[in-house]
Amino acid sequence: MGFWHNQLTGPTDPARDAGWEDEQPRKGFFTDTSICIGCKACEVACKEWNALPQDGDLDLLGSSYDNTGSLGASTWRHVAFIEQSGDRIEEARESGRKLVDLGMPAIGAPVTPSGNGTDTAFATAQATAARELGTLPDFRWLMSSDVCKHCTHAACLDVCPTGALFRTEFGTVVVQDDVCNGCGYCVAACPFGVIERRDGDDTVKNVGVAQKCTLCYDRIGHDQTPACAQACPTTSIKFGDLDEMQAQAQERVAALHDNGFTEARVYGGNEHDGVGGTGSVFLLLDEPEVYGLPPDPVVTTADLPDMYRKAGMAAVAMLVMAAGAFVGGRK
Amino acid sequence: MVPDVKFDSYYGRQVVKPAPWEADIPAYIFLGGLAAGSGLLGAGAVARDLPTLRRNSRYAAIAAVAAGGLALVRDLGKPRRALNMMRTVKLTSPMSVGSWILSAFGAFAGLAVATEAGRHLVDDDSTLGRARRVADPVATVGSALFAPPLAAYTAVLLADTATPTWHESYRELPFVFVGSANAAAAGLALLTTPSSQTGPARKLAVIGAAVEMAALERMERAMGDVVAEPLHQGRPGSLLRASKILTLGGALGAAALGGNRSAAAVSGLALMAGSVCTRFGVFEAGIHSAKDPRYTVTPQRERLERRRSEGVTHDSITTGRQ
Repeated sequence: MGFWHNQLTGPTDPARDAGWEDEQPRKGFFTDTSICIGCKACEVACKEWNALPQDGDLDLLGSSYDNTGSLGASTWRHVAFIEQSGDRIEEARESGRKLVDLGMPAIGAPVTPSGNGTDTAFATAQATAARELGTLPDFRWLMSSDVCKHCTHAACLDVCPTGALFRTEFGTVVVQDDVCNGCGYCVAACPFGVIERRDGDDTVKNVGVAQKCTLCYDRIGHDQTPACAQACPTTSIKFGDLDEMQAQAQERVAALHDNGFTEARVYGGNEHDGVGGTGSVFLLLDEPEVYGLPPDPVVTTADLPDMYRKAGMAAVAMLVMAAGAFVGGRK
Repeated sequence: MVPDVKFDSYYGRQVVKPAPWEADIPAYIFLGGLAAGSGLLGAGAVARDLPTLRRNSRYAAIAAVAAGGLALVRDLGKPRRALNMMRTVKLTSPMSVGSWILSAFGAFAGLAVATEAGRHLVDDDSTLGRARRVADPVATVGSALFAPPLAAYTAVLLADTATPTWHESYRELPFVFVGSANAAAAGLALLTTPSSQTGPARKLAVIGAAVEMAALERMERAMGDVVAEPLHQGRPGSLLRASKILTLGGALGAAALGGNRSAAAVSGLALMAGSVCTRFGVFEAGIHSAKDPRYTVTPQRERLERRRSEGVTHDSITTGRQ
């Protein structure tokens, strides 16, 4: 049962579970949104390298500088822009500080709730001083490059009926364009709303097929950096071994907190979370839902054994109903 | 005490994506249920020696399963690759499991129709006739065994997604669907078969409708106010209200006036229409719940804050500094 259990939920090594014997260190992204300048070079580089077609009409969406909207079949990196007033900055700073007070563990083993660390006190003092001196800006722009999370327990992969989605030796999740029959199940299963079926006429490449970030499978296999990370001019997007990415995220959060930016927090990469940890780690400056990310995603297949159990009981009930209708009484 | 959670989103845009499924899918869920219920009615009719009910139910099963299969293929992004469903068996994918259930049921339902048609075409004493007599009970038992999974798996298919209203319905939805399947198939039998042979179908209509309505009621209560909301509002809300009226009315009609051919036919139509409304209502409620970020974010934020207030902090996707 342990093996099967780990196939659906909890910490595990997904590449080994998928049967890779000569597996590589698990690869991932660390997207540090605190140094993102919203240039969208990642979006462009991704489109160029992966030859992604135009995504929808050329529209102004009225959402700051974001006219892309969201991740989708033909958008595998998406830069979000959020404009916030001073109140919102204060709220974000408070919610980030609360995470520390709660004893929110960093990635890895849980730590005991304390909240009396000197760094926290220092950071709080700094933030308070900033507020009192009026040095807290009255406006800020959040920019964040979103991407597929390459989950440890990837719902898209689990529910794929054809085997078109597979786990690579790098622990990432990739669609085989020539196998996918476009059933669309992965689209509904993804807790982050990443993967999508491509629309368009027959001239569009891979139309009708589910598409998403491959973590540049065709590049990393040749020791190349994924196109987005390669193109990022500020190193906001970093690529490397996942444990290294997690460590960098931790260091960066600590550095920001030391400087009074208690709004900084890490999103993803905690192997105890609802998807068994993500392969893409983010440093955020506000709650995840502000960026359009789910605050507590849980892979749907975690409940699958119970779903099958309930369906089995219902199936028996259906048989009993029919038997009951035919037993006894007149014709 | 869990603090009131504040809802926030990115310009009101969806967090999860709705399934790219059109009306073909709820239509298939209805047809699959209709086929499954008809398979059971056909098997029961064999056991109770009701030849017209047997024949009609067998033809109904194959027609419904074939139409449903076509609807499924039509909804694919690449219909020509439909057979890729059969290139693997994958227990973590309810759609893979369902494809095999559908194929197996289709095979037995097809065999049942072949043996049914053979009754008048083949001499019982010929080789073919003897084969027919061997195949007939195999088809009956096979149809009866694969019918319940066919009706129940579609609930898992919807529930095994990040679509809030579908996922949260997973405990009760299979019971809603099997009840609805039995009611719809019984309804079709009332429509096609003389009342002298529809006694069991009338009973099944009442039992199926009762189970469906009870499970639906329980589902709406158990789900939590926010996630259940799409089941009550807009078009899905109207569909589910219509489903209740049609299903209960049809069951009542079948029980009270089932002996009258015309009244039975009207009741049967109402039962089938009720089943269609149930499937489309549940389907559309889920699509709506995926499109509005409130249904994704609020329940997640609530359970996160509840855990945090209980001191559980190690399982959050958002982590603070070390």
